[in-house]
This record gives sequence, structure tokens and C-alpha cells, in this order.
Amino acid sequence: MSQPNVVSIPRTGAVPRPDAIRIPLRDIVPWAIFTTLLALLVLFFVSTEAGAVSLVSDGLVHEFVHDGRHLLAFPCH
Amino acid sequence: MMRTLLVRGMLAGLAAGLLAAAFAYVVGEPPVGDAIALEESHATASHGDAASHDDTASRGDTAHAESHTHAGSPGHASESGAAPESGGVPESGEDGGHEHGDDALVGRGVQSTIGLATGVTGYAVAVGGLFAIAFAVAQGRVTTLRPRVSAALLAAGGFAVVVLVPFLKYPANPPAVGQAGTIEDRTALYFGFLALSVATAMVAVAAGRAVADRSGAACGGLLGVGGYVTVMTIAAALLPAVDEVPDGFPGSLLWDFRLASLGTQAVLWCALGLGFAVLAEKALGPETAPSPEKAPGQARDGAPKAARQ
Repeated sequence: MSQPNVVSIPRTGAVPRPDAIRIPLRDIVPWAIFTTLLALLVLFFVSTEAGAVSLVSDGLVHEFVHDGRHLLAFPCH
Repeated sequence: MMRTLLVRGMLAGLAAGLLAAAFAYVVGEPPVGDAIALEESHATASHGDAASHDDTASRGDTAHAESHTHAGSPGHASESGAAPESGGVPESGEDGGHEHGDDALVGRGVQSTIGLATGVTGYAVAVGGLFAIAFAVAQGRVTTLRPRVSAALLAAGGFAVVVLVPFLKYPANPPAVGQAGTIEDRTALYFGFLALSVATAMVAVAAGRAVADRSGAACGGLLGVGGYVTVMTIAAALLPAVDEVPDGFPGSLLWDFRLASLGTQAVLWCALGLGFAVLAEKALGPETAPSPEKAPGQARDGAPKAARQ
């Protein structure tokens, strides 16, 4: 991509490095919302589905990711 | 640029997830198999036969029609202060339990290979995406270091905040440890403590950055780290403990499992941080940033944002 949205900020402090690339927050926010929702959905199925909360009732997801859930330190059952 | 970073974060997460899954399979599956064998024997005293874990996968597919139910197991001690009102109440119809054997929907052979890899990799890709967002926010605001240094530091901090600190209060438990009746309380406590850790860390970073601008990096770093550690220590002391290790459960097996769990996460975050560091450096590093060419962008956006105070 070209970089029209990337702003180079000259620091005036004692930091010797002249530029630090900073991505404007308004470019981050939509991606942040999108990513957070998607990630929470994935993390829910990996970590909690059919444990404390159950959306798909047969426990198939729970059993499929069972070992990963234990080893990633989530409360499993 | 944000899209590039996001894709790279998820790619780094994918690679990290595969590495962590391999680690979990080699190091973590033996204790998991042992714990399941113990769970199914229902006799935690006779763990001699469970010490040989080589055949647990095949044994898991053969002879035990009996499904385990945690709440009915007599060996479980419940001296924890966590939600005593629901501690003795079994889940409705024991549906909260699950099976590892013939009656199971998913056999042990699938659980310990494809299921494990899917779970760990899915977690890692999701974490990689969130990591890329956190990096984009931090870079140029919290740190002005090179992108690869920022990414590595962020991964170290992320591991401490997301994994290590919650683990110290609510460590991972193998199968056979934990009562079905308390799963809701344990889940709420774990995620509550995790959320508190992340929120406290964000406040600590913001406060530390503000102090560092005024009084120097040492003051800011001390305030940020010290504040975070203080808050989390107090929270950990106040929140109820969860101790549902059944009597007779071998301590060495618990240690092996928890070490394998922590190791899996350590591999995941190391690989994620280092992989993303390389990719972010390519995207944002000084070699690739054409400083003269972005004069128009700077004329439009740079001036107001450059004012720090």
C-alpha cells in the first residue's frame, strides 16, 4: 500500500530517533472493532463454549477443542 | 497500513499457533492423557498404571462405557471459598460433563491432534489480530522505538498481562481437576481477573507514558509497572481462591501439566512477538519508510498531531 495515512512525528524530546511512525487512531478504530468482534467469537468457541455458556448445545465444539482449552489454561470443566 | 499490519499479525499468529500446538502435543499431551486415565479409573490412589501414558490414546478408545461425572466423584475436595452455594450442586443432569471414550462425540485421537491444533491455532490467530491492533495503537504513542523492538516488548508485556498474571492466581487445571458444579464461577473468576489485568495494564501504560514525558522514562516505567503489580496483587489477595484438586491427585502430574500449559503459551507469545517483529519492521521500518515522499500526508495530518502537550 502507499502510505498516505502514515504520519511521521518528529519528537522534540531527548529521544535520539528522529521519526516514529504513528498510525492515526481514526484509521485504527474500524479495524479494531472488526478484529475484536471476530477475535472474541473465535476465543469464545475455543475457551468457553459448552463450558459455562452454551450456544451449540451438543458439546461437539467443547470436545473438539478440549485439549487445547486445557493447555491454554482456560477453565474447561 | 492498518490492514497490512492486521494481516501480518494474524499470519504471525498462525505460525505461532502451529509451533505452540506442536509443543503442546509433544509436552502437554502426556500429562493430559495421564490425567484422563486417572479420571476414568476414579481411583486417584492407583496412579501407578497411569504413569505409562503411551497407550492412553488407544486405551481411551476401548473399554470404558462409563462416562465420568465430576460432581459425583467422591475424591473431590471443595475447601475453596469460591461460591460455596453452588459448589455441591451438580449441573443439570450432569450435562456439564463430557466423555472421552466410546460414547464421546470426539475420540481422544482427534482431540489430541486435530482438535488440539485447531484450538491452539484459532486462539493464536485471534490473539495475533488483537496484538496487531495493540501494536498499531502503541507504536508512535507509547513507544518511539523501532517497530521490531516495540513488537518484541509488546509481546513480552502481553504474555505477562494476558497469561502469566492470570495463571499465577488461577492456574491451568488438567482433566480430573475441577468440579462440574463450579464451572460457571471458575469461568467468571478467570475471565474477570483476566479482564482486570488487561484493563489495569492499559491504564498503567497510559499513566506511565504521561509521567515519562514529564519526569523521565525511569519514573514512568516504575510507576506503570509498580502500579500494575500493586493493583493486581491486591485484587489477587481479595478474590476467592479456586482449589479443587482432588485428594490423591499426583502432585508431579499437576506440576507437569501446568508447566506444559505455561510452556505452550510461552512458545505461542514468543513466536508471535518475534514473527510479528520481523513483519512489522518490513512494513514500518526506517528502510521502507520513504521519508521525503510523504510530505503531502504530513502537511495535512502532521501539524496538529505533532503537538504533544
